[in-house]
Amino acid sequence: MAYGTAAVAKVDSPRSPYVRRKTTRGNYELYSWIFMRASGVVLVVLIFGHLFVNLMVGEGVHAIDFAFVAGKWANPLWGVWDLLMLWLAMIHGTNGVRTIINDYAQRDLTRGVLKSLLYTAFVVVVVVGTLVIFTFDPCPPNAPEELLASFCTA
Amino acid sequence: MPTAPAGTLYRGREGMWSWVAHRVTGVLIFFFLLVHVLDTALVRVSPEAYNAVIGTYQTPIMGLGEAGLVAAIVFHAFNGIRVILVDFWAKGPKYQRTMLWVVVGLFFVTMAGFLPRHLMNVFGGGH
Ligand code: HEM
Ligand code: HEM
Repeated sequence: MAYGTAAVAKVDSPRSPYVRRKTTRGNYELYSWIFMRASGVVLVVLIFGHLFVNLMVGEGVHAIDFAFVAGKWANPLWGVWDLLMLWLAMIHGTNGVRTIINDYAQRDLTRGVLKSLLYTAFVVVVVVGTLVIFTFDPCPPNAPEELLASFCTA
Repeated sequence: MPTAPAGTLYRGREGMWSWVAHRVTGVLIFFFLLVHVLDTALVRVSPEAYNAVIGTYQTPIMGLGEAGLVAAIVFHAFNGIRVILVDFWAKGPKYQRTMLWVVVGLFFVTMAGFLPRHLMNVFGGGH
C-alpha cells in the first residue's frame, strides 16, 4: 500500500460553511417551467389565428380540402406559421404530458414505458409534420384537375 | 417516488378545479394534435386521400366534436394566461380567484362569438 499524500482523506476545515450536495439534474425543470409559459403566450396567437382562418372565415370547415391547403401553403407565411405551431405545440404538449405521467405513474416500469411511448409519438409526429410542410407539392402530377387549386391549371 | 395517501378529504376550491380542467383540456388537445398532424400528412399521399378524410370532419357529429375541441382550447388558453399572471404579476396571487371568473367570462363571450357561426357552417346548408 502506498502511504502518500493520496491516501490522506481531504477533511474540510471545521469552519467551512455547509454546502448542499449538488443534484445531478441540472436546471431542466426550471427551464421547462419557463418554456411552458413562454410557448403558451405564443401559442395563443398561433392557434387562435389558425382556428379563425380555418373555421370562421368563409364557409369554415366546409371550405377545407386539398386545394384549400395548397392555397394556404402557397404563402410562406402560413408555412412558417404552421411549422412554429407544430414545434411549439408538440414540445409544450409533450412536456405537459410528461409532468402528468410523473405525477400519476408510480412504478418505475410503468413510468418508463409511458414516457417511451410519449417520446416516440413526439418524434414521429414532429418529423412527419415537418416533412409534410417542406415537401408539399401543391400541384401533384396526374391528380384530377378539379381537386387542385386554380393556380395549378392557370 | 412518494406516495400520496389514497382518498384524502382535501378538496380545493375553484383553484383546484381550474387546475384539473387545465390538465384534462391539455391532454385532450395533445391527443387531438397527434391525430391532426397525421391526417394533414395525407396531403402527401394524394388529394383524393386528403379530401376523403377531411370529408369526415365535415359531418354534423364531427362538427360538434370540433366545437368541443375549440371550447377546450379556449379554456386552456385563457386559464393558461391566468396561470402565467399568477406566477409573474406581483398582484397575480391576490387576484387569482377574480381572474378565474374573468377567464370564465371571456370563455363564454368567445364561445358565443364562435358557436353560432360554426354551427351554421356545420348544419346550415353548405355542401
Ligand atoms: C377543428 C379545428 C381545426 C381545423 C379544422 C384545422 C385544420 C387544419 C388544416 C386545414 C391544416 C392544413 C394547413 C393549414 O390550413 O394551415 C392544418 C394544419 C395544422 N394544424 Fe390544424 N386545424 C384545427 C385545429 C388545430 C389545433 C387545435 C391545433 C394545435 C393544437 C392545430 C395545429 C395544426 C398544425 C401544427 C398543422 C400543421 C401540420 C403539419 O405540419 O403538417 N390545428 N390544420
Ligand atoms: C393556447 C395556448 C396555450 C396556453 C396559453 C397554454 C398555457 C399553459 C401553461 C401556462 C401551462 C403550465 C401550467 C402549470 O404549470 O400549472 C400549461 C400546461 C399544459 N399544457 Fe398548455 N397552453 C396552451 C396550449 C396547449 C396545447 C396546444 C397543448 C397540447 C398540445 C397543451 C397541453 C398542455 C398540457 C398537457 C399541460 C400540462 C398540464 C399539467 O401539468 O397539469 N397546451 N399550458
